Amino acid sequence: MKDTDTGQPPFITLGNVAKRWSNGVTVLDGIRLEAARGDFISLIGPSGCGKSTLLRLLSGLTPISEGTVTIDGMAPVAAREIMSFIFQDATLLPWRTVQGNVELGLELAGNTTAAARREACEGLLRLVGLSDVAGHYPRQLSGGMKMRVSIARALATRPKLLLMDEPFGALDEMTRDFLNEEVLRLREVDRFTTFFVTHSVAEAVFLSTRILVMSAKPGRVAREIAVPFPFPRTSALRSAPEFLERVGEVSAALRTVKGAH
Amino acid sequence: MKKLLKEAAWPAAVFLAVLALWQGACTVFRIPPYVLPSPPQVFATVVERHANLVAAFRITAVEAVGGYLMSIVVGVLVALVFAQSPVVRRSLFPYTILLQTVPIVAVAPLILMWFKSGASSVMLVAFIICVFPIIANTTQGLISVPRNLVDLFAMANASRASQLLKLRLPHALPSLFVGLRISAGLSVIGAITGELFASSNAVGEGGLGYSITYANSQLQTDYLFALVITTSVMGCLFFFTVTGLEWLCLRHWHESAMKVDAD
Repeated sequence: MKDTDTGQPPFITLGNVAKRWSNGVTVLDGIRLEAARGDFISLIGPSGCGKSTLLRLLSGLTPISEGTVTIDGMAPVAAREIMSFIFQDATLLPWRTVQGNVELGLELAGNTTAAARREACEGLLRLVGLSDVAGHYPRQLSGGMKMRVSIARALATRPKLLLMDEPFGALDEMTRDFLNEEVLRLREVDRFTTFFVTHSVAEAVFLSTRILVMSAKPGRVAREIAVPFPFPRTSALRSAPEFLERVGEVSAALRTVKGAH
Repeated sequence: MKKLLKEAAWPAAVFLAVLALWQGACTVFRIPPYVLPSPPQVFATVVERHANLVAAFRITAVEAVGGYLMSIVVGVLVALVFAQSPVVRRSLFPYTILLQTVPIVAVAPLILMWFKSGASSVMLVAFIICVFPIIANTTQGLISVPRNLVDLFAMANASRASQLLKLRLPHALPSLFVGLRISAGLSVIGAITGELFASSNAVGEGGLGYSITYANSQLQTDYLFALVITTSVMGCLFFFTVTGLEWLCLRHWHESAMKVDAD
């Protein structure tokens, strides 16, 4: 999954990044990180370790206090054109149909015709299996379906970087597993790089190429665990011994981090 | 349909009971008609003078709707200004509350004295009483957009204009309708109040408010009753028109539009 041409600078670089709130609390400190194209990086750690804040720094929604963030050679705000953010809730516009919601990103970017948007989004809805509900309104959908619409909307602009802030936390386990597989399937189509915040160890191991275990107060990367399983991954992986072994390793790392406080 | 009949049965029973009590009181206590006319007398007056009632209804309706529409345009514009910055909101909001708390019956004679006594002055009274609920509710809707949605638009590098048109305004629509529903009834009250003080005969003449003072001074209590009934019919008509519009606009997405008896 690493860049083949090693002469290139890494896709994403975080150089000694720190974030302090105005009340003096240091939420993130000394974050050094490089990500290659196609990396799927999960951030996991106790609450208050700043994993969501790290996503917001990458997106430019929260300004950095110290250090540098470079995404494809750009500062975060400039790099928004090549990234999409998926929030904890589906954040759909309730007055728009599924189709209308998926078209939103392209519409706001403003460089496409209505017909082109329609066509692009119809293809995407087919891909995520939502064609049948294209004309439905969000309130008619289940939580899992809403999240799929949210994912489709994020992918409509063909982002190179996808930031996902615990998107499946509110869903039941079956739906979550299904959506995990869905995300990996979509990733096979369009090799986006992903930062994924989660509380679920199994989810992190199933999805990621790398897992960053974070510690709190201040938030740091305590440990990095590589997940070498090849893609495409299927649900069968979840019962494989090496998968369970890796889950155990991450859980142990997480316990160590939590025990430090 | 059967359900609708069942729903209507109890209110209808209450209505009949009140009519019976009213008639009973008139008969038992031998109340003279100029104090309390009996239901059949009122009914007869409504039938007999329906031409006057319709004419009065028309005049007052135009004034009420005029003031109402004005309050929608001005109210939404003011709310848009308020939504731009907390400073603007904090400095001006107390005065809009003032607008609401000064009793309209105290302000109406002033307005009719300052401006030419006419239909437009009556509209102005209706406007003053209608505009506050629209400002307050629309502002609330515009500023209460969930943070994630604002972030979503920021991530798409949306302009201020498209944030307003595609996010804030649609999000404020349910709140705007709350204001519109309150003001629909108020507009009728405003128009009637304005007419009460429009002393010139040429002005409020024929309007419901003017006719009410006239009927009162002539002790035509049965006509007074007929006018009051006409007034409340107008209020209900406005209210249900707005509720219908609300349902049309919000039926797909907003909770309150799905439950008819929400409030």
